[in-house]
Amino acid sequence: MSLEELYKEVILDHYKNPRNKRDVPDAPLSCHRNNPLCGDEITVYADLSDGVVTDVAFQGQGCSISMSSASMMTEAVSGKPAAEALAMAVEFRSMMAGEADPSEDEFGELVALKGVVKYPIRVKCAVLAWDVLQEALQGAGEAAGAQPHAL
Amino acid sequence: MSPRPLDVAHIRKDFPVLEREFDGKPLVYLDSAATSQKPQAVIDAVSDFYANHNANVHRGVYGLAEEATAMFEGARAKLARFIGAPDSSTIVFNRGTTESMNLIAHSYGRKFLKEGDEIVLSELEHHSNIVPWQFCANATGATLRYIPADENGILDLSGLDGIITERTKIVSVTGMSNVLGTLLPLRELADAAHAVGAVIAVDGAQLVPHARVDVTELDIDFLTISGHKMCGPTASGGLYGRRELLEAMDPFLGGGEMISEVFHDHATWNEVPAKFEAGTPNIAQEVGFGAAIDYLEALGMDAIRDHERSITTYAIDRLTDAGARVFGEEDVEVRGGAVSFAYKEMHPHDLATILDEQGVCVRAGHHCAQLLMRRLGVPATTRASFYIYNTKEEVDALVEALAKAEDVFGF
Repeated sequence: MSLEELYKEVILDHYKNPRNKRDVPDAPLSCHRNNPLCGDEITVYADLSDGVVTDVAFQGQGCSISMSSASMMTEAVSGKPAAEALAMAVEFRSMMAGEADPSEDEFGELVALKGVVKYPIRVKCAVLAWDVLQEALQGAGEAAGAQPHAL
Repeated sequence: MSPRPLDVAHIRKDFPVLEREFDGKPLVYLDSAATSQKPQAVIDAVSDFYANHNANVHRGVYGLAEEATAMFEGARAKLARFIGAPDSSTIVFNRGTTESMNLIAHSYGRKFLKEGDEIVLSELEHHSNIVPWQFCANATGATLRYIPADENGILDLSGLDGIITERTKIVSVTGMSNVLGTLLPLRELADAAHAVGAVIAVDGAQLVPHARVDVTELDIDFLTISGHKMCGPTASGGLYGRRELLEAMDPFLGGGEMISEVFHDHATWNEVPAKFEAGTPNIAQEVGFGAAIDYLEALGMDAIRDHERSITTYAIDRLTDAGARVFGEEDVEVRGGAVSFAYKEMHPHDLATILDEQGVCVRAGHHCAQLLMRRLGVPATTRASFYIYNTKEEVDALVEALAKAEDVFGF
């Protein structure tokens, strides 16, 4: 399957059938942002249990790229230690900046979003959920007195 | 006598950018509400200024400076005539509507408003006609009130008596909505404002490029003008203000040119409009703007409005037939050529990207009008906006591209 085809299939699948899209009113961690490319907004919910990211969910309104990226993000980071989730966010942003080229083995379905690199302004849509996740996790880390990660 | 209709095919030849292709597809530029394209005459006017007449204005005692000053002041006189202002002294040159709204809110609002006073806006407003008033309200203790819009973006003027009251000191409204193209009844609103002793400011960013405006006939106190939306350079345009108001207002930015005398601890001010033009102005840009005014006057604003009515009607019909939901008024007598729509389930970002692949340029997002977006109940809209160089064939291209988008997304 070409990248273009993969992009369309995977993104549309997550857009039409988003995973973990729900309100979590009593989530221990939550963070909200609007896309600077206006028209998307997202809230990411999560919990940290012994330093492991659990119960990741999102809510929001937005385009196929922002929403599918959020959906994929919830599956990718669920059950990972916070440090690994944050490292994944960095890797994702590198991929979207055209600086990293992870394989499907390494990054799973997320590589489908590589296609967005062709549309620079839409990169903001792709990284939105990851930025919000990072803000939520780093906020928790600081609150707990942990060293902020040098990212 | 009816105006000579626009010869759009001929007009298009004046705009070099319209020759461009993207991926072998001709440019279909439907985003003039964001910024308009520039005719060669305007491009040449800016280049010619820098090549042959460049000097600072109002200061030099030599021939070149006199030329530059005459060209700059000539552009000011053109703008005054274009909008029916009594004379050049009522025209402040600056970067356009956003700067002008901040100027009014600061120099008039902060000086004359106090706690208990009210500022009346509408829910259609662009952020440039909301945020400066929030600054003013926070600084003075005044409150903001809004003429409401319904879920289709139609303004409800029925309760105006309860909104514009003896507490109202400023009414500030758009002349034409950048999202829905809605034309507000400006004379009616001016009369309502004046009846309670308030002043009225009009955001002319979209209106002035698209229809004839006469500030004297409309009896408005302030009008903002954005040159870049009417074939002029970016960072051109300014503010019309009633003379006695400009004279009574505090300065906005401080610096050279706007002073008369400067002492260690205070200064006195220059006459209007210089009082509001601190520093070296956007000289080349306003000279270019003067050329844009010449260009539009040669076409005739009535002919421009006729063309817009025709193409907007066509666009609304074709979009509606294609299954799009067009927001705002349907009647082109009360709306201009900014057409915001929702197309089936598609998010505007996705739609705009697919349209881009077909060479069609539209705008997706909030259009700097988040209050209105919330009223419409949508996260964003797609907006196509038309101007003097757009054709019915380009509307057809837009509608064809929508069908392509549906293919990709399979909703």
